[in-house]
Amino acid sequence: MDAKSRVRIATTSLAGCFGCHTSFLDIDERLFDLVRQVDFDRSPLTDIKQVGDCDIGLIEGGVCNAENVHVLREFREHCRILVALGACAINGGLPAQRNHLSLASVLQEVYLTAPGPAGGLIPNDPELPLPLDKVHPLHEVVHVDYFIPGCPPSADAIWQVLTDLVAGREPVLAQRLIHFD
Amino acid sequence: MDPMTALAEAPNAATVVRDAVARHGGDVHDLVQILREVQEVCDWIAPEAIDALVAELGVPRTKIEGVAGFYSFFYLAPRGAYRVLFSDNVTDRIAGSAGLKSRMCRNLWIEPGKVSEDGVVSVDLTSCTGMCDQGPAMLVNNRAITRLGESRIDEICELIRSRVPLDEWPAVFFRVDDNIRRTDMLLGSPFELGAAMKAVETRGAPGMLDELLASNLRGRGGAGFATATKWLLCREAPAAAHYVVCNADEGEPGTFKDRVLLTRRPDLVFEGMTLCARLVGARRGFVYLRGEYRYLLEPLNRVLAGRREQNLLGLSILGVAGFDFDIEIHLGAGAYVCGEESALIESLEGKRGTPRNRPPYPVTCGYRNQPTVVNNVETFAAASLIAVYGGSWFAAVGTPQSSGTKLLSVSGDCARPGIYEYPFGVSVGQVLADCGAGAAQAVQVGGPSGNCIDAGEFARGICFEDIPTAGAFMVFGRQRDMFDVARNFTRFFAHESCGFCTPCRVGTSLLNDLMDKLARGQGSPYDFEQIEILNHRLRSLSHCGLGHSACNPVLETIAKFRSTYERRLVHTQYVPAFDLDRALAEARQMTGRQDAGAYIGDRK
Amino acid sequence: MNAFKLDGRDIPFEPGQTILQAVQAAGQEIPHLCYHPDFKPHGSCKLCSVRINGRMVSSCTAPAHDGMTVESDMPDINEERRTLLQMLFVEGNHFCPSCEKSGACRLQASAYELKMMSPHYDHFFPDRPVDASHADYLLDTNRCILCSLCVRASRDVDGKNVFALSGRGIHTRLIVNAKSGRLGDTDFSGEDKAAHVCPVGAILRKRVGFAVPIGQRPFDPPHEGD
Repeated sequence: MDAKSRVRIATTSLAGCFGCHTSFLDIDERLFDLVRQVDFDRSPLTDIKQVGDCDIGLIEGGVCNAENVHVLREFREHCRILVALGACAINGGLPAQRNHLSLASVLQEVYLTAPGPAGGLIPNDPELPLPLDKVHPLHEVVHVDYFIPGCPPSADAIWQVLTDLVAGREPVLAQRLIHFD
Repeated sequence: MDPMTALAEAPNAATVVRDAVARHGGDVHDLVQILREVQEVCDWIAPEAIDALVAELGVPRTKIEGVAGFYSFFYLAPRGAYRVLFSDNVTDRIAGSAGLKSRMCRNLWIEPGKVSEDGVVSVDLTSCTGMCDQGPAMLVNNRAITRLGESRIDEICELIRSRVPLDEWPAVFFRVDDNIRRTDMLLGSPFELGAAMKAVETRGAPGMLDELLASNLRGRGGAGFATATKWLLCREAPAAAHYVVCNADEGEPGTFKDRVLLTRRPDLVFEGMTLCARLVGARRGFVYLRGEYRYLLEPLNRVLAGRREQNLLGLSILGVAGFDFDIEIHLGAGAYVCGEESALIESLEGKRGTPRNRPPYPVTCGYRNQPTVVNNVETFAAASLIAVYGGSWFAAVGTPQSSGTKLLSVSGDCARPGIYEYPFGVSVGQVLADCGAGAAQAVQVGGPSGNCIDAGEFARGICFEDIPTAGAFMVFGRQRDMFDVARNFTRFFAHESCGFCTPCRVGTSLLNDLMDKLARGQGSPYDFEQIEILNHRLRSLSHCGLGHSACNPVLETIAKFRSTYERRLVHTQYVPAFDLDRALAEARQMTGRQDAGAYIGDRK
Repeated sequence: MNAFKLDGRDIPFEPGQTILQAVQAAGQEIPHLCYHPDFKPHGSCKLCSVRINGRMVSSCTAPAHDGMTVESDMPDINEERRTLLQMLFVEGNHFCPSCEKSGACRLQASAYELKMMSPHYDHFFPDRPVDASHADYLLDTNRCILCSLCVRASRDVDGKNVFALSGRGIHTRLIVNAKSGRLGDTDFSGEDKAAHVCPVGAILRKRVGFAVPIGQRPFDPPHEGD
């Protein structure tokens, strides 16, 4: 297979725990089948920092800060097909549990009230991305083409969707591969 | 009076509740009326009032809170001594209500929807109050105020600041005009008190039903069910008791003809109910009057008292042994869905106004599960005239399938808004010419749940065969954006959804959010597609007519004024419904950061 | 014998049965949430909607008629049902990974069955209370789907009226029978029927949350190699 016909895939984690990426690696030896057909662009697997033009983008985690917004938009711009991977990408997940609190009260509690080493200062370094007032799933910020539910999705579910997409098929998950927890 | 004095003079909730419950004979079926009477004295339904209601009525707290929480006009939290609600129909908006509301909030230093810090006043929105021909309008403690303008708003603010009791406000504020512009048989035919009932006694019940059948009278609420058939079905339904209910819950935005009928010809309506009672064998009747028309309660009760004095109501009416019938007026409390007949009956029974599963229909299983005739105000009035003048007199007017006349409530962009009575079949264009609407681009006939008629269709006729309507006729000139009209109607349905079924409860809110998103300039073809899917789901899956028709305004304006939507699909790519930079504002404030990274940068 | 067709199959029924009742009696299913055989059906969730003569009706309340043709397991009907589930998911706060009911939740199971891959709409993220005041039960209204099964159970079976719906429209909410608004101040008990009918994780018995491990619950997908 020449480089032009090979499928290019990028992956990233926004407000997630890398559990979905870990589950992705659980496809085990099927990873060898995969790398015969695909090239990885930006991904924790490659250490490429900037996403280039890709066929498929897999994103784990929701959108909780300004940097997440930028990365998500870059992925949307460069990936022909964008896939939300796992609970946080799909409904905000655990980080979104702060959505019923005001951001001010969260920052206050974490950096000013609760005992800890921070020394009573809300970090204001321009290097740090600012948090949004609410955590959003991906589809509330950009258009998302496909979703793989689960916390994390099983390796089989990820494998199923990826192989369908690589083969140019509409991905279909068997009911036994659909779970939200 | 300072707030401390007001506090000292606060009425004792337990006493107020005891009196109200006693007035209703301890009947929990009258809970909506009891709650209204308690709130009229106490300003809200306080926990102590609920304690007393639980004790006096012997019902669980969940019952009281469940019912009170359903109706917009009942407050389970304090809303101030002056509760100002601006009518939010599109006609009020056209007349400048939004600016007046802002002016009032600025003047009183309050935020819309919130109670002032001194607990004296709150300003909020309510659905159309039925004063579209003399708006912008508002309710203050459920009393209608019309013809608002800047100076009137300023005067009202001053009266509130000075704590002047509502009864001492200038009477002109509360003036409600009839604005009758065209009359025909219903508003114009002479009628002698008791004439309809005497005619029934002369003709006999079968004879009267024959006249009704010959008249081809159909229900004026919009659905157009044959009145004779309905009454006959009820008459033939075996039961311990039968009931007659007059639906005066005129909640469809843009409609106000029942208000005028009940002001001008209440006897025609009450007599129609009485002759219906005679035919179906009912001893008890109700007028379910929308809460926005609270000011009509005393005048209507005086008319009823007069009829009792003349033996036109009560025991042995007209001296006929066994002809016993009386009418009570129940007030609604701010719930459009109660205009649906089975929800209305639930409300009459002191419950949340959730539409029932049908069948069975009220005609066999209505109030207290007994056979019940529910008809519109205008239908009862027409029945009275048919009794006097005969069925063929009535059937000679109108079109083959729509006999008689129709009262239209005309409002919006026209020179002469008000009530127009026409024979059925009148063209939209004729009405527009008569009301002085020279440059109309569209008319919403039948309110938000009705039809949007564009200029190419003005030759169409108003009748059951073509454009059926309960009577609303809102005119929109060429300067109006029909997207804004549809958005106002969508907000109305979201506010009035009863919440019983999933598609309407959630779907109307989702639709409202999408229309708001488009209005904010965040629209893309993705949103347009979602609107079309939601429209389909609401129509397909909703429990009652409210959900089925909630999408009409959007569907029709998409079909007829597509460019106003396309103009709003400013983005080709999906755009969030929230402003990303604003979503960072709280973090910027907490960190004091203003560097480039503290903004998303869309506005460069 | 009285019978109707459900997706081409004959379903016999007794007079008085609704479509869903007859279908269940025949050992088959139509997706549903607010229906429970012990209570009078009321048709609010609309998940059990089926098509008869081109019109959608709630099969839990629609009476069965002889010879009628009912469509249920059709791609377009399931698409509509999926929309209803998505509406319920965004209306409340349904975070399955932290919910004790996961794997035994009818909302979640229906979403699996109807292959709901995402909630699709923007989340409302409503601010709803969690009430841990009762000694034995937790009331988490974040997960309430307003099916009113607990309302009907408490009123019609327990004779207690512990629960009711208040508010209207999108502000409809579950309330309990106490001035404090706390479940612990009502006469609710674990013996009540209302304690055992919640289809989601809104009414949960305390201290038994994970007695049955995740993965072994009624609606859990079968594990690899099962």
